[in-house]
Amino acid sequence: MENKLSEKMRGEELVGRSQQMFFTPEEEENFLYPDSLEVDFDKTAEFDAAEMNASEINKKIRALMADGVGTITVNNPGAQHSIAAGILNRLKLNINGSLGYFGCGLIDGPVINISGRVGWSCGENMMSGVIEIAKNAGSTFGAAIRGGDLVCHGDVGGRTGICMKGGTIIVGGRTGAFTGFMMQRGRMIIMGDAGNNLGDTMYDGMLFVGGKISSLGVDATEAEMNDMDVRWLTSKLKLYNMDTSKIKNMTKIVSGKQLWNYDNLEPSEKKLVL
Amino acid sequence: MCGLAGLIHRGKNADIGSEMMQMLQSLKHRGPDSTGFALYGDGKQDVTILRIKFAEQADMHSGFDIHQKVIDRKAEMKRRLQERGVEVVAIEDATEYSCRVSIKNGGDKKLIDYLEDIDEVEVLSVGRNLELIKDLGDAQTVGDQYQLSKFNGTHAIGHTRMATESAVDIRSAHPYWAYPFSDISVVHNGQLTNYWTMRRAMERIGHRFLSNCDSELIAVYVAERMERGDDLETAMRRSIDELDGVFTYFIATSDALGMAKDVMAAKPMVLYEGDDFIAMASEEVAIRSIFPHEIDTYDPYDGEVLAWKIN
Repeated sequence: MENKLSEKMRGEELVGRSQQMFFTPEEEENFLYPDSLEVDFDKTAEFDAAEMNASEINKKIRALMADGVGTITVNNPGAQHSIAAGILNRLKLNINGSLGYFGCGLIDGPVINISGRVGWSCGENMMSGVIEIAKNAGSTFGAAIRGGDLVCHGDVGGRTGICMKGGTIIVGGRTGAFTGFMMQRGRMIIMGDAGNNLGDTMYDGMLFVGGKISSLGVDATEAEMNDMDVRWLTSKLKLYNMDTSKIKNMTKIVSGKQLWNYDNLEPSEKKLVL
Repeated sequence: MCGLAGLIHRGKNADIGSEMMQMLQSLKHRGPDSTGFALYGDGKQDVTILRIKFAEQADMHSGFDIHQKVIDRKAEMKRRLQERGVEVVAIEDATEYSCRVSIKNGGDKKLIDYLEDIDEVEVLSVGRNLELIKDLGDAQTVGDQYQLSKFNGTHAIGHTRMATESAVDIRSAHPYWAYPFSDISVVHNGQLTNYWTMRRAMERIGHRFLSNCDSELIAVYVAERMERGDDLETAMRRSIDELDGVFTYFIATSDALGMAKDVMAAKPMVLYEGDDFIAMASEEVAIRSIFPHEIDTYDPYDGEVLAWKIN
């Protein structure tokens, strides 16, 4: 391909104002929230949530963490909403059953395994950790995630990874329309087919699709796979026991960057200049 | 936001009244303003059932003479039925302001129009199998009020409404019957942006609209397409192209039930398909309210249309 967009993307640095704070790798590895709890992964607990509401389930998880329990199993969550949301701690959480909407949103750190399916907006805004789902997921899967691995072994709905800002989303099956819509950073692997308008108005990031793409969105464009992509895909897919033989036939999609219209000036500064 | 629920028992009758009450009650958070049920019972070959209301629920608390007015409206309904030579099997009061009328071989457009000509009278549904019940409040309240826990049938759709673009009253509550086509009902979550254009087109060919709710348009549109010869699925597929906006809707007839999603799939829906039972809802919690154990569900995709025959 003449226009090596993937190289262009890596070579280009964003400039301008930012309020983002950067950690050194060591700081990042060892960062703990001020009120984080000391938990022991060998200390385990299990409870049945069949007769509990979402608030009671979340409080129970927190109470167990406060007791130092590092591995928790929740049975029968009954597809309730907002289960396991906002956990900013190290934790191994096993959920035997299905979750409703906004499951595991806003997490930073835990490793969560879900044996059933999840509803809309699973893992929304997650910052780090792992969420692995055995069955299907609803729409807006991993909306605005910043980090971590969000993995669904089944099919996923529309607008997967909308506005994602980092991290990795892996879909074992197919995804719906507008997957990667307004994606800003991060990488997404779709083993099956992708719906209409894939990567519509994406700013940055990469999409890898193993199946058929119904249509590309505005400013999404195909790019060449390179060795680094293959190595990264292989290691990620192996991590979650997914079929690596599909990698050789995958299509890589990136932003064409034809819609970039960034302005480094604040509105007040702009007035002065103009 | 609104909540939708639908279910099909293939080839057998079941307690669909109780099941729909449970499903819709678990969706109360998606719409607390009103709840409605379109329940499809066994029906009798030569009997048509009309669900009729004589006043809005809110009207019953305003004006000292409203109770007498309702009595007068009912009497006028009976008189007009008699005048038209309709053989009435039974008239049962559902509430003070609504009733269930069973008649022999009737329920055509002329009769409906004549009954609706009575001040404030609205025919909520007409059909051999369909009975449409809707009122203000949550599913438990409405279900208890109309004694729906005793209702047996093959399939049903229901709705919990959060009013966004029209009033909180029975007239604007879902489901909508597809006047004047018997046994067709619709529930909808979303907004239609070409509502007025399409409504005017429908009105020009003789259809009447009782509310300003965009969902009523879907019922009339699909029924009109079926009248022109489309089957249910074809009519629904056409609606994806012609209705503009974001929507998920369910539509039921006496022997089929279908679902359609707009091309953006902006409104949620979860589907469970078993061998002899199918359930669908805006959220899985509704399906799980009648299925305590784990089940495999999935979300239909953008522009997807599915229809099932009941038997």
